[in-house]
Amino acid sequence: MSVVNNIEDGEIDIVIGALHSDLRPFMSAWKSIFSRYHLIIVKDPDLKDDLQIPEGLSFKIDIYTKSHIDKVVGSSTSIAFSGYSCKYFGFLVSRKKYIVSIDDDCVPVKDADSFLIDPVAQHLRNLATPATPFFFNTLYDPYRNGADFVRGYPFSLRSGITCALSCGLWLNLADLDAPTQALKPEKRNSRYVDAVMTVPARVMMPISGINIAFNRELVGPALCPALRLTGEGKVRWETMEDIWSGMCVKVVCDHLGLGVKSGLPYVWRNDRGDAIESLKKEWEGVKLMEEVVPWFQSMVLSRTATKAEDCVAEMAKRVKEQLGGSDPGFGRAAEAMMDWVELWKKVGSGPSPV
Amino acid sequence: MVEPATDTKSAVRTVALLKDELDIVIPTIRNLDFLEMWRPFFEPYHLIIVQDGDPTKTIKVPDGFDYELYNRNDINKILGPKASCISFKDSACRCFGYMVSKKKYIFTIDDDCFVAKDPTGKAINALEQHIKNLLCPSTPFFFNTLYDPFREGADFVRGYPFSLREGVPTAVSHGLWLNIPDYDAPTQLVKPLERNTRYVDAVMTIPKGTLFPMCGMNLAFHRELIGPAMYFGLMGDGQPIGRYDDMWAGWCIKVICDHLGLGVKTGLPYIYHSKASNPFVNLRKEYKGIFWQEEIIPFFQAVSLPKDCTTVQKCYIELAKMVKDKLGKIDPYFDKLADAMVTWIDAWDELNPTGAANKGKKA
Repeated sequence: MSVVNNIEDGEIDIVIGALHSDLRPFMSAWKSIFSRYHLIIVKDPDLKDDLQIPEGLSFKIDIYTKSHIDKVVGSSTSIAFSGYSCKYFGFLVSRKKYIVSIDDDCVPVKDADSFLIDPVAQHLRNLATPATPFFFNTLYDPYRNGADFVRGYPFSLRSGITCALSCGLWLNLADLDAPTQALKPEKRNSRYVDAVMTVPARVMMPISGINIAFNRELVGPALCPALRLTGEGKVRWETMEDIWSGMCVKVVCDHLGLGVKSGLPYVWRNDRGDAIESLKKEWEGVKLMEEVVPWFQSMVLSRTATKAEDCVAEMAKRVKEQLGGSDPGFGRAAEAMMDWVELWKKVGSGPSPV
Repeated sequence: MVEPATDTKSAVRTVALLKDELDIVIPTIRNLDFLEMWRPFFEPYHLIIVQDGDPTKTIKVPDGFDYELYNRNDINKILGPKASCISFKDSACRCFGYMVSKKKYIFTIDDDCFVAKDPTGKAINALEQHIKNLLCPSTPFFFNTLYDPFREGADFVRGYPFSLREGVPTAVSHGLWLNIPDYDAPTQLVKPLERNTRYVDAVMTIPKGTLFPMCGMNLAFHRELIGPAMYFGLMGDGQPIGRYDDMWAGWCIKVICDHLGLGVKTGLPYIYHSKASNPFVNLRKEYKGIFWQEEIIPFFQAVSLPKDCTTVQKCYIELAKMVKDKLGKIDPYFDKLADAMVTWIDAWDELNPTGAANKGKKA
């Protein structure tokens, strides 16, 4: 058992949502990085074929499929765990303090000497060091080697607060929306920005679910599979679930005095899908975002909401009351959030339900 | 080990953007030898040299540069009694250069800042990057995880609302430093050998509602949009504080930019900061500031400017009133500073009468 930044390997779950049945290339690519951790693989319930995992790997893996989901969640919930939302089931049943989740079409980035860059270690570093959301440090993360707080940074703010969420980035296929990618189909992200930074308090951002890590104990319930597009698909261009969930988490973190970091680590995202095809479905998500950003930005939660689940429950009510009228998608999201809180209370802790 | 670009003579001279619309303001007390290395990038532009310290000393400007130079006697002559707002024996005096400039944009740089190299070894044209930053919009209302979406190779990410993609005009471009980082005295004393060797290849907008420590070593701004708020305060000779000039200006411009819907960017370009100032001297200068900033920051965080403050000058006068009202009780220095802020605006308006300089929202 080894320790990185005071976090023991045994405190971490790597949660992978399997939207592809053949996970052999994925597992081979990540073998050297993931093998020291426990893995939870949740198979998209819509996936018909059996999962293919490489033989003979010294992984500790738990695989969950539709039958597990049905057993634990039952059919009375409005939450759909299909597509990218399947990984939330993994978040729910995990009993570890930290979760790292990476999409199954991503592989590690190689550095100039062809060594694999370990995003898990970087995520853990981000979560183990304080966040500094109350004042912007122009040299970015002051806790990194070779950096510090700059002149003019108030000393009382230098101890920072706990970081609850670490949002990584992507080389090659960046997480752009369909219209943007369709306009520049050859565009790939080749810029490696060597920085991590805290996203300031009360500042909203689009949190991508492709490469994230979080402190499950502190914010687990706040990552919720709530907003589903009617045309939701199996490529990121056809979803908004993570963006919605991310806005919820940011509001919760700001309210509870927890930090969110963005930047390193990078993963390499393989080319997949057709942006122009997805364009036909994406407009719904784009339309919804126009409404929700100002709404989230103005959200102030009550003082009595002192835990993540209380915050989510309160937000769900407000979504229903204030946004439910403008689009049925919001009404459904509110239901899903309320169901999620109930589910979390029932099976989010205690003995594993699977 | 990071090193400056020593041979810039062979640097490619690109088209000098905005060469008739931008002034380079340089405060100096020693000499301007550093300009030789910047020649390929600065020569097309007009320089405003603000000579601090002994006005009888002659500061030689390298041949070939087009410049105007002001020493203390010139400042006193031009401003008369209002010259009291311009600091003496502190690089804060540079803001006099902002006031006398007639250009739309300003770039200011310290005389110990050399040309840096990017990771490929190429000499960085810091001025060109600042201009690029200023000429494209900022995005303060929603954080873009791929940083400045207007940079080549970047874009807005999925989930970024389309209605926010036009951005707002950029008022300030804050650059960074390789080698000697801009640390305060206590940090310098604890880490005398730390050097910034990390080149972070990003420019980003500092979100609305977020304050930051603005360093004046490598800074550019849109003079018509925010110039009157770029007062660097009362520092140096006869003042209880130093090394907070740029910090003060940074907090003022940020609350005003947030109020007027203007953007502030930070990140590239890097310059190579060559000189580490004496940390013991710095400690003496900063000492009060370290305590005062604990109260100053909450003050700025709570500032709410009234709706009828629609120009930079109006915002700034209002801010001066609030400084007197709320910070005056910390130390009489803030009373003086508030008065100096008003004097500065009077002087600014006198030297820049009517029209374009006053509008808050012009792009």
